[in-house]
Amino acid sequence: MIAELGLAALWLAATLALLQAVAGFMSWRENGGALTALIKPVAVAQGVLCLISFGALLYLFYVTDLSVLLVASNSHVDKPMIFKIAGTWGNHEGSMLLWLTILSLSGAAIALFEKRLDRPTLWASLFAQALLALGFFAFLLFSSNPFERLNPAPESGAGLNPLLQDVGLAFHPPTLYIGYVGLSIAFSFAVGALLTGKVGPAFARAMRPWVLLAWIFLTVGIAAGSYWAYYELGWGGWWFWDPVENASLMPWLAATALLHSVAVLAVRDALRAWTIMLALVAFAMSMAGTFLVRSGILTSVHTFAVDPERGAFILALLLFYIGGALALFGLRIGSVREGKQFNLLSREGGIVANNIFLSVILAVVLVGTLWPLAAEAMGEKISVGPPYFNRATVPIGLLLMLALMVGPLLRWRSDDGARLKRVIVPAMAALVTGILLFVQWPSAGLFPILSLSLAVGLAIASILPLVGRNLLRTPLTTWGMALAHFGLAVSIAGMATESGWSSERLAAMRVGEEAKIAGWTVTLKNVKPVAGDNWVAIEGEAVARNGDFTATLTPQARQFFQPAQQTSEAALLTRWNGQLYVVLAPVDGDNFDRWQVRLWWKPFVTFIWLGAAIIAFGGFLALIGRARLLRRRKKADESWGYA
Amino acid sequence: MKQKHQRLILVMVALVALIGAALLAASALREEASYFYTPATLAKAKVEPGKAIRLGGMVQNGSIKRAADGVTVSFIVQDRDAVQTVSYTGITPDLFVEGSGVVADGKLDKGGVFVAESLLAKHDENYVPRELKDIDMSAAEHTKDTLAK
Repeated sequence: MIAELGLAALWLAATLALLQAVAGFMSWRENGGALTALIKPVAVAQGVLCLISFGALLYLFYVTDLSVLLVASNSHVDKPMIFKIAGTWGNHEGSMLLWLTILSLSGAAIALFEKRLDRPTLWASLFAQALLALGFFAFLLFSSNPFERLNPAPESGAGLNPLLQDVGLAFHPPTLYIGYVGLSIAFSFAVGALLTGKVGPAFARAMRPWVLLAWIFLTVGIAAGSYWAYYELGWGGWWFWDPVENASLMPWLAATALLHSVAVLAVRDALRAWTIMLALVAFAMSMAGTFLVRSGILTSVHTFAVDPERGAFILALLLFYIGGALALFGLRIGSVREGKQFNLLSREGGIVANNIFLSVILAVVLVGTLWPLAAEAMGEKISVGPPYFNRATVPIGLLLMLALMVGPLLRWRSDDGARLKRVIVPAMAALVTGILLFVQWPSAGLFPILSLSLAVGLAIASILPLVGRNLLRTPLTTWGMALAHFGLAVSIAGMATESGWSSERLAAMRVGEEAKIAGWTVTLKNVKPVAGDNWVAIEGEAVARNGDFTATLTPQARQFFQPAQQTSEAALLTRWNGQLYVVLAPVDGDNFDRWQVRLWWKPFVTFIWLGAAIIAFGGFLALIGRARLLRRRKKADESWGYA
Repeated sequence: MKQKHQRLILVMVALVALIGAALLAASALREEASYFYTPATLAKAKVEPGKAIRLGGMVQNGSIKRAADGVTVSFIVQDRDAVQTVSYTGITPDLFVEGSGVVADGKLDKGGVFVAESLLAKHDENYVPRELKDIDMSAAEHTKDTLAK
């Protein structure tokens, strides 16, 4: 019954999306008209219906209704409750329903909260949003129905991939999807503005908070996924340049560029066409990322299932939306007048540099991700891995950091260069750090040394915009910018120390033996069996000592039953200056006499995610700052009698 | 600076950046992309020792041997026509068992042994490393027996 309710809600929502598309289009064409009053209520209703449909699926997973195919093939009665619920989106159909629900809710959010966009552009945007939704409604209803019944119902269900049975599953996909799909708002606004030709500061000010919000979620989602992979996979790495990771990085790069260029458009009315282009590209990357993965063309640990019919469907959708948006851009951009000009030595110039470097990183990541496909089409099997991505992206990243030390100090429109003197302090700090590191640890590698030095410089440079100001009267938006840039420095410092200064040790140990790593002595005290809800494990008791400090770590090697699969649960000891990472595995054929213990000491590795959290917090402050600014402006308007 | 000029300059800068990106990507691809071989294609190709490559195939039944240090394993990867000896130091992936598919990143040493730096095993029923998709998976039938050990 609940499954049928969910499916009915989905069909009804799809019908409303069609209605919204027609109403939006007609209103734009005729500049108003009979259907205009329908647009907003229909958009909201569509969002609510999708939410009901998603709620129905959540409920089916909550009660483990095994007469539903999706539940039966992805859940199990013995699974802990949190994974039963989070398992809703731990599969293809469920994750697509979540995707679509967020897309519809984004449309509802535009209808409810967007007050600043001029009416025709708003109608055209809601037309675009509905058109996007329609394609994905069709995809879900015709080729990925999450509510399909299974008759007869099995008794227990097939279970969920053990790697996904982790709290990470509860947070990472929803935040990431809000980020991905939140960018659809910028996309729809851009399409709307292309249709009406009204691209200017007012448009940019309307788009800005939406981009910021999506970008915050995207940042948090990527960081959460990275930390999840880091502790769950037991490989000691935090970023593998896996196609799916790249698929989340590419929209982030585009969204970051967009966030900056939209500021130029809002403040200075320049970079009009470019900002529109970025808004299209950012969500195009979201779609391409999600759907290339879902189509099974790019295989990775994130791929749930491969089905050629779905793949073709997805590719057709991608071609339609991305091709359509680019064609519209080509046709209509001529009618968008060129923005104001600026001196290249100015804040705008700095942001153009930021945009170029981010776009170039995006381009090389895209090439590396798609190259194996192109090579295979030509009959060669090639894999492109971390060596390519590190080598191609890090140098541009270093240039980006250099630009970032200077850009925020420049004035809008034209700068006389007077404030550039202040860069001397961070530049000297970076230089001294670099020399010291190189003398002390010449073997750490060129990239880690350069990155860490520039991170030190950037950390100082990022707070310069706050220096010499009355901090209480400094706008929150400036605080947000400084914090976000500081967070980037922290994150890059973590990446640099992790890749340049980590130590690793692999040992076969008997109980009672000890191994040494980076000042730590790790003793394997005991190994015993333990059991959880749906797994059994052998658990090691490893005592780590460093000077006077002692702690016990309990790494596990788990055997899950449903499905039968082994996973290793790493044990992590977090200190202020890094993490000790311990993995335990049995030695085959050794009759449990010896155990393989893999140890890592990763200095300052937590800075990677701490930095990401600071970046997101900076974005959050900027968002509050924008909202306050808006309220103040509105009040001022009211008191002058403009409202 | 005239209006027209500014747009022109920005477009030129963007073009230069794009060409720079293409060159960077091309040079990095030429040197860092690793080619994929099966034991049979590796036997035919003359790959110089020390060049990073990928090797994929089935782990031969009964071939996994663990060295005395407890952390090094050697095994034989096979396809229908050829075999290749592989050695690996480290914790093997969770699904690394005899008779199942494996993809190894590494290089050949002078003695013709493939020294793997990382191993990717068949992950679950839904996930097969893409290079193994075309390979005869009949040998993988044994997977379940060995898992149940």
